Amino acid sequence: MSAISELSTVHRVKAKTPEEKRLRAREAARDNKAGYLFLLPWLIGLVLIVAGPLIASLYLSFTNYSLIQAPQWIGLENYARMLDDPRLLQSLKVTFIYVIVGVPLQLVVALAIAMLLNEGMKGLAFYRSIFYLPSMLGASVAIALIWRQMFESDGLVNQVLRLFGIPATTSWIADPKYALSTIILLHIWTFGSPMVIFLAGLRQIPGMYYEAASVDGASHWAQFRRITLPLLSPIIFFNLVLQIINAFQAFTQAFVVSNGTGGPSDSTLFYTLYLYQRGFGQFQMGYAAAMAWLLVVIIAAFTAINFFFSKYWVFYGD
Amino acid sequence: MATPLETTARLTGPAPQEAIHRGPTWRDRIRSVIKHIVLIVASLIMIYPLLWMVASSLRPTEIIFRTPGLWLNDLYIQNYTEGWYALSYPFGQYIINSFIVVVGAIAGNLFACTLAAYAFARLKFRLRGLWFSIMLLTIMLPFHVVIVPQYIIFNKLGFVNTFVPLILPKFLATDAFFVFLMVQFIRGIPRELDEAARIDGCGHWKIFSRVMLPLMGPALATTAIFTFIWTWSDFFTPLIYLTDPIAYTVPVALRSFLDATAGSNWGAMFAMSVVTLIPLFLVFLFGQRFLVKGIATTGGK
Repeated sequence: MSAISELSTVHRVKAKTPEEKRLRAREAARDNKAGYLFLLPWLIGLVLIVAGPLIASLYLSFTNYSLIQAPQWIGLENYARMLDDPRLLQSLKVTFIYVIVGVPLQLVVALAIAMLLNEGMKGLAFYRSIFYLPSMLGASVAIALIWRQMFESDGLVNQVLRLFGIPATTSWIADPKYALSTIILLHIWTFGSPMVIFLAGLRQIPGMYYEAASVDGASHWAQFRRITLPLLSPIIFFNLVLQIINAFQAFTQAFVVSNGTGGPSDSTLFYTLYLYQRGFGQFQMGYAAAMAWLLVVIIAAFTAINFFFSKYWVFYGD
Repeated sequence: MATPLETTARLTGPAPQEAIHRGPTWRDRIRSVIKHIVLIVASLIMIYPLLWMVASSLRPTEIIFRTPGLWLNDLYIQNYTEGWYALSYPFGQYIINSFIVVVGAIAGNLFACTLAAYAFARLKFRLRGLWFSIMLLTIMLPFHVVIVPQYIIFNKLGFVNTFVPLILPKFLATDAFFVFLMVQFIRGIPRELDEAARIDGCGHWKIFSRVMLPLMGPALATTAIFTFIWTWSDFFTPLIYLTDPIAYTVPVALRSFLDATAGSNWGAMFAMSVVTLIPLFLVFLFGQRFLVKGIATTGGK
């Protein structure tokens, strides 16, 4: 192997004569062409499926368009209308609560369980599978249906509460006070994938740090605060950024639990659910496009804020 | 091939605290017992809804709402036969639809994402850095911002109620996440291998197909498994494009139970829920090690 790499470095260094230079240039041109050929499917997709529609939706957001007639330019009216659309503001509120409460809670649970699992223990693979499984199933309609049943007035949760002597009869999903909490709970239930990422991160922390800290008499809590958290912070940050981006786009669970309405009293009207109702229920494509662009701006803002604050708490080694 | 992650894990070894103590003291033992109790209780809470769903799918609907336990006196198989025929087409139709979409999506992702990843990881071409950043940006782009024009285009082309809108984008590498995953993987393959092939006179296509692809097994498996799970559960896209019941995929069909039976026949609905979760469960069971590794290599930087 090393002989080959030597050979190729020799090959690289020797390109000095004009003959060689021309050869190298020809090779570079061939590489360039090959690069674009390999990239071709992705490039076509970028233009036709992503960039094109991206620009088109920006244009549509300034129009009134119902699929039947040609789009009609109305300037900023869609955006202006959003400001006094009470359902839009409600959907923003619901989504913000979901993101701000659900994402940190899920990450805390994921980290706590990952810490419990990390210490080279018996049954690690078994526990990991059990905790990971829900996050693989959690996006499916089947799970949302279960959730719907579990939180009905005679659902599993109330049955279990009654076993403990609590006379629970509330239908959690029919009560505007609790409906959103059930969906946040479902989000927390799927903590498995950030947990797996945390597990991988925890394994990269050298054991000798903990040994040294133990010798110095540091408590478990001090070890967690001073060693685990700082060394894990890039991974916590990565999880946080990704989970926030995903949580803003949550759709299926709210759709199934409320059967597409966002009810009761719009308490589970997630942003994307409202976007769907406007775009594909009432075919107000212009308004839906404007909503989608607002979502992009919100997600970009959150990501930027995340990156801005990361310099105060994310620790990038050495 | 050992990834850097695994090697670190092996070097650092288990239980940092234990290295200090001489053998486990009984305080350690109590700690360990408590830890296992916490984990077992947590596992039970996590898994109970799933077990209870399976049990409930074998009970008459009246009993579902009265039985929090898992014990079954007898198996009420009728839920499955009723559920199978409860919608406008037998449930098998939707399963076949879903499988067509899933197989198409997997083929598309394996084809297009590997090509793009090879280019990004190994070839020098103009504006590579720019294209690569754009690719990373598209991972974060919420797809709602492109779905409206996409829908308009596919609608104009007459592809609504076909599987084209669900499969075609995959052949154009729009799932950029997998491109990124494969780029990361290819970067871990020693360059000497392709240099050697190059000196032997192989062109890029040959290096890609004869040297890279055979080495990319784990990355391809991870991609295929994730694509399976995500496509099988995907709800938004089929909800928009598939409005004719004959074209329904499993999630859309399952949801329509809420309308078809007015949400009353829970037994049948649970039975079909179980049916739709079985493929996911099997893929999870056999693909778990790829999922864990795939998620760790992209997640752990």
